[in-house]
Amino acid sequence: MTFSAEKTNMIEFRDVHKYYGDYHALRGINATIKAGEFFSLLGPSGCGKTTLLRTIAGFEDISSGAVLIDGKDMANVPANIRPTNMVFQSYAIFPHLTVEENVGFGLRKDPRSKDEKARAVAEALEMVGLKGYGKRAAHALSGGQRQRVALARALILKPKVLLLDEPLSALDKKMREQMQVELIKLQRQVGITFILVTHDQEEALVMSDRIAVMFEGQIAQLADPETLYRRPASKKVADFIGTMNFLPAQVISDSGATVEIDAAGFGRMSLSPDQVMRGDSEGGPTIGLRPETLTILFDGQTASDREVFGTVEEVVYYGDMTYYDVSLPGAPEPMRLSMRNVPGRPVLDRGAQARLGWSPGAVVLFR
Amino acid sequence: MKNPSLKLYAVAYLIFLYAPIALLPLFAFNDSKVIAFPLAGFTTNWFAEMWADQQLFKAFGNSLLIAVCASVLATTLGIFAARASTRYKFPGKAGILGLIMLPMVLPEMIVSMALLVVLIAIGVPLSIFTIILGHVLICTPFAVAILTSAFQSLDRSLEEAAYDLGETPASTFRLIILPLVMPGIISSLLICFTISLDEFIIAYFLGGNQTVLSVYIFGQFRFPAKVPAVMALGFVLVCISICLLTIAEYFRRRGIAKTGGKDTGGFL
Repeated sequence: MTFSAEKTNMIEFRDVHKYYGDYHALRGINATIKAGEFFSLLGPSGCGKTTLLRTIAGFEDISSGAVLIDGKDMANVPANIRPTNMVFQSYAIFPHLTVEENVGFGLRKDPRSKDEKARAVAEALEMVGLKGYGKRAAHALSGGQRQRVALARALILKPKVLLLDEPLSALDKKMREQMQVELIKLQRQVGITFILVTHDQEEALVMSDRIAVMFEGQIAQLADPETLYRRPASKKVADFIGTMNFLPAQVISDSGATVEIDAAGFGRMSLSPDQVMRGDSEGGPTIGLRPETLTILFDGQTASDREVFGTVEEVVYYGDMTYYDVSLPGAPEPMRLSMRNVPGRPVLDRGAQARLGWSPGAVVLFR
Repeated sequence: MKNPSLKLYAVAYLIFLYAPIALLPLFAFNDSKVIAFPLAGFTTNWFAEMWADQQLFKAFGNSLLIAVCASVLATTLGIFAARASTRYKFPGKAGILGLIMLPMVLPEMIVSMALLVVLIAIGVPLSIFTIILGHVLICTPFAVAILTSAFQSLDRSLEEAAYDLGETPASTFRLIILPLVMPGIISSLLICFTISLDEFIIAYFLGGNQTVLSVYIFGQFRFPAKVPAVMALGFVLVCISICLLTIAEYFRRRGIAKTGGKDTGGFL
């Protein structure tokens, strides 16, 4: 999850705008992606993440601004010359060719001998775990295998950047989780910059070094997964990534060094500046708390920090986890919280009184 | 098919459709100048007579040349039109496509009369070339219709993938698009070939002193003595058609099997 400062910028977006007629698809994208990074573009459908990816590949012209790859401006550089390769959402496996011919497709103009190319194809197939599949017809493969062929076909050209357009969305859950792990391993093995487009926040959190969350053609937040999860820059980001409880709050004092607030249900607390997200004042000051930062305290347990009392409104049992909705006096909506089901820990019933432990350090304030 | 009268209808329909064609070989081998039952006996004389007919060979050659040129030209134009209509947006697209498809529903009589007037007015001598022009005009809509469906079923990202892997637009077309729409191209060639081969009105109007097969056969019917030889010719043509259809169907099925598509059963 760390990347050192000496790593160079692989991709640079400079105030990139894209219009489709009157529709403003990209609204001033500024970002840099480091060499060797696993970077994700995350957002709901229609947010412009795929368009942004396609501007790197060269499939979309930009209306204004600049896209740089490895320091070079890509204006007037067509897609077939750019040092990028793409794994398409539909995989785009050539159905009339064999697996081998698909993987070796990009080597057509390669000056190497036939034997050397065949060796490169075999190596690429082995890398993605398809050793011995070379002679098969491409259309006879399963979804996961097509995915691997598409990966091998793109990586055989040793691009500077590999672009992945929702590559796992067509796979079932188990296959998807397996491929996530394989993609991470593969990226570490080849050291190429991977840029992934996804609408699945979990996928982005699991796989990425850094994530750009996009809404309506703009980057709402660009950060590593932990920051994104613990310190979301806005309520919208917080809501898109995982679950967050929101409560209205009043700012009592704001000295810059500490912010004193009074939050519904939780009372007074003081927050450090990194917990305060400015620029999202819609609906007044609001605090956010992740479900796992609230703990139900059972008999004899003491809170490490602070306590509140509430009533269990709803219990959802998931096997390994139990989700509770707990209403707090003074809070307009019940709090969602999650507890791991460890041996000896009871599951509370609806209507039970609950003592909740929490910590002001887990709170973020949007104002 | 639970209703027996429906079954009867279907059988009668098929007989109505194919019985006249079945009569062709019957009379082609019948040892009598009169086309009537009872059959007189077996002979291959009519084939020999047909074989000896120099004019027929000339007409057949003309027809073949026209059909090959017209189908290749119409299919080539169809590829351009189908590609443009499935891939690009441009002003007036619907109108242009409508105009391309119009000859399909326009009476051939009008097309051929108009062409004749224009060709004579600008001083183009009537020949095989003018027939080819007319046939390209009426074949192109069929080619466009067939090829548009072939191009439409093409996943756009296949092209982008080839382009992304370093190919130029031209080599992408040759290596990816062309092989994948090949069944459509073969279908189009075949349909255009058939349309051109048995077309009569344009060939008759625009042919000048050049005779094509359909016009020649029609002319032969004026002489009762020639009719059995025409029957023999008809039989040969039926055999060629069946061969061509079988070949085309073979390629179509192989194309589907190769790309893993589902066979919809239809020839087109």
